[in-house]
Amino acid sequence: MVPYILCMILFLIGVYGIIAKKNLIKIVIGMVIIEYAVNLILILVGYRSGGAAPIITSIEGASREASTFVDPLPQALIVTSIVIGLSVTVLAIVLCLRLYEKYGTLDILHIRRLRG
Amino acid sequence: MKSEHLLPLFIALPLGAGFLIPLISLIREWLADVIAIITVSILVVFAMCRLSDGVIIYDVGGWTPPFGINLVEDGLSGLFHIIIAIVSFLIVIYSIGYMKRYTARSKYFCLLMLMIAGMNGVIASGDLFNIFVFLEIASISSYALVAFGIDREELEASFKYLVLGGLGSSFILFGIAFMYSITGTLNLADIARVLQRSGNSHMVQFISAMFIMGFGTKAALIPFHAWLPDAHPSAPAPISAMLSGLLIKALGVYCIIRIFFNVIGFNMSFSVVFIILGVLSMVIGALLAIGQHDFKRMLAYSSISQMGYIIFGLGLGNPLGIIGALFHLLNHAFFKSLLFLCSGAVEYATGTRDLRQLGGLWKKMPITSATCSIASMSISGIPPLGGFFSKLLIIIAAVQAYDTLGPTAYFLASVTVFVSFLTIVYFVKLQKMALFGALPEKLEKVHEVPASMWSVLIVLAAFCIAFGVMFPWFIGTLVEPAYQVMLETSEYIIKVLGSL
Amino acid sequence: MKGMTLIVKTITRLLLGFIFVFSVSIILFGHITPGGGFAGGVMLACVFILLVLAFGKKTALDIVSEKAISIWDSVGSLSFLEIALLGFFGGFFFKDFFSKGSPLKLFSGGTILWSNISIGIKVFASLFAAFMALAIFRVRRER
Repeated sequence: MVPYILCMILFLIGVYGIIAKKNLIKIVIGMVIIEYAVNLILILVGYRSGGAAPIITSIEGASREASTFVDPLPQALIVTSIVIGLSVTVLAIVLCLRLYEKYGTLDILHIRRLRG
Repeated sequence: MKSEHLLPLFIALPLGAGFLIPLISLIREWLADVIAIITVSILVVFAMCRLSDGVIIYDVGGWTPPFGINLVEDGLSGLFHIIIAIVSFLIVIYSIGYMKRYTARSKYFCLLMLMIAGMNGVIASGDLFNIFVFLEIASISSYALVAFGIDREELEASFKYLVLGGLGSSFILFGIAFMYSITGTLNLADIARVLQRSGNSHMVQFISAMFIMGFGTKAALIPFHAWLPDAHPSAPAPISAMLSGLLIKALGVYCIIRIFFNVIGFNMSFSVVFIILGVLSMVIGALLAIGQHDFKRMLAYSSISQMGYIIFGLGLGNPLGIIGALFHLLNHAFFKSLLFLCSGAVEYATGTRDLRQLGGLWKKMPITSATCSIASMSISGIPPLGGFFSKLLIIIAAVQAYDTLGPTAYFLASVTVFVSFLTIVYFVKLQKMALFGALPEKLEKVHEVPASMWSVLIVLAAFCIAFGVMFPWFIGTLVEPAYQVMLETSEYIIKVLGSL
Repeated sequence: MKGMTLIVKTITRLLLGFIFVFSVSIILFGHITPGGGFAGGVMLACVFILLVLAFGKKTALDIVSEKAISIWDSVGSLSFLEIALLGFFGGFFFKDFFSKGSPLKLFSGGTILWSNISIGIKVFASLFAAFMALAIFRVRRER
């Protein structure tokens, strides 16, 4: 249970970063922290205490080995979600650079032309 | 090739086109347009072909459902497929004229194709994680497309959209992780089967809250709406139409319907949540829309308000409410795309979106004005246009909900009528300020947009009229099969897995 | 960017080949050992990122130009899609139509090897393109 609670705390730290920070880059870092918290939870879901890495090393013992594996599916999901997170982060950073180019600052208090 | 093999092509074709366009535009820039048009027209043909067939379960790679990835095409997916195919086809044709003002058109079409692929994927997919992946494909390309103009407003709106959208996606993934931990499977039908056996636990409530937050962000329901009024006006007009007409429905409403009606199973507590979210969105969206002076910003708030109608209708949970919500969704896809494309045409011709600087366009741009009026009448519920019937259905459903909700039902019905009145108010304001009144001197030289753009407007307006005049036919062929899917959770399980 | 000092350049020159070969082997043996298209592709991109950092971006762009990155990017994804579409010959989208081969050998596991190769190309091209987009970008202060 403790790892799950720690993940939730990590998640909340990310949310805090998004809500409270005034710097665009720090907001992006908050987003990345949230992503990692979710990824950690996903990998915890598939973990089995004392489980082995899901790699088959010999053909004869395949079925015996398979019974000791941790659940490999969440790991496959995480690779996908990391790739998605990577592309979102790259896009966010590019937007930050562009915003810096236009406004000359990364402070969100000065970047607010849209309201209402 | 059998017709069921068309199903993966709904995803593969636009995806392939999206990757082919950057390659082929190295040779000639205009080839990008050609490929985009060919792809979307093939998709329209496929969607039409699929209309008559029943339910199709497609096993990707030949692996059977609980173990492999499968694609599911039933009435609900069919309804969304046909909306996406037709509207995106028209939007691509419109884009060819409209995007002449921008550079890097091949990148625009590439991202647009990826967005279509993502939406088709969300709709066809039969398991939770693929829904997430395709949802992210569509979302990421829409973040990039909102920033396409790379000007101050666009970048700011896109960043806001990206942060909120990313947060929403994280909530969805969170929900998926916990869903996997309690059911041990990702296949929607299999999850439904496991949940039916184990019953409704606190964990399911927690996951539902996560999903409502996540998909609510994508659907721009009111507490999660902050990105929409910025993102929709900032994007190029065809993209605004795409976002408002398709994306918030395919990523938000479709997933909400699929997960809460087919997987978790609809019950009273969800009904209350949906009704509250729906009423909040309806009322606040409409009130905020009245005060706007930006053409597209007003339409964006109007979108929030209309999404409120749809969620409210779903939340009522009685047959008429659900049919009304689905029919309103169909209507909204067409008239809101039409309105955004009209705003694009006005901006194309006059160079401004500020309603205070517009006026008297009726004489200069007759086709745009006429189509804009038709869409406005439809959205504000003037008979005999489509919007009237869908709103009427939802209002009647609200009255009928007296059995379950008690006297609150009458209050809800009157709120719905009141919001409908507010809708008329802000669309009359829009008409008066943009289309009628005195023509400002600056706009003397304005003339009608090119034929490739106004023909699209006419086609969409014709759809709006047809939805009204022939509404029993449309409800019978498109909405009714979708409604049948939502009726019973066990039906869905039996169709996909073969048994309970 | 001019590149770094002589020490860094020499070490980089020595290491690059090994990293490159390692990344290719990770891609090729992805279906029987840990790793695969994504991990190998990231390493392959790292080879070029290291090149940019040590020698400046001109050296790297001489080897793989921006246009070439864009082409590789599309080719990687298109070839993956093609593997999926070729599955129609086996009867289904994404059907594993290749012969499975004997287990734990290089040419086994049907289409997974070819999928890994195209994923590797795609990941390499997109990561390097993203890095270059960020590295080449020059901030011009308006105002």
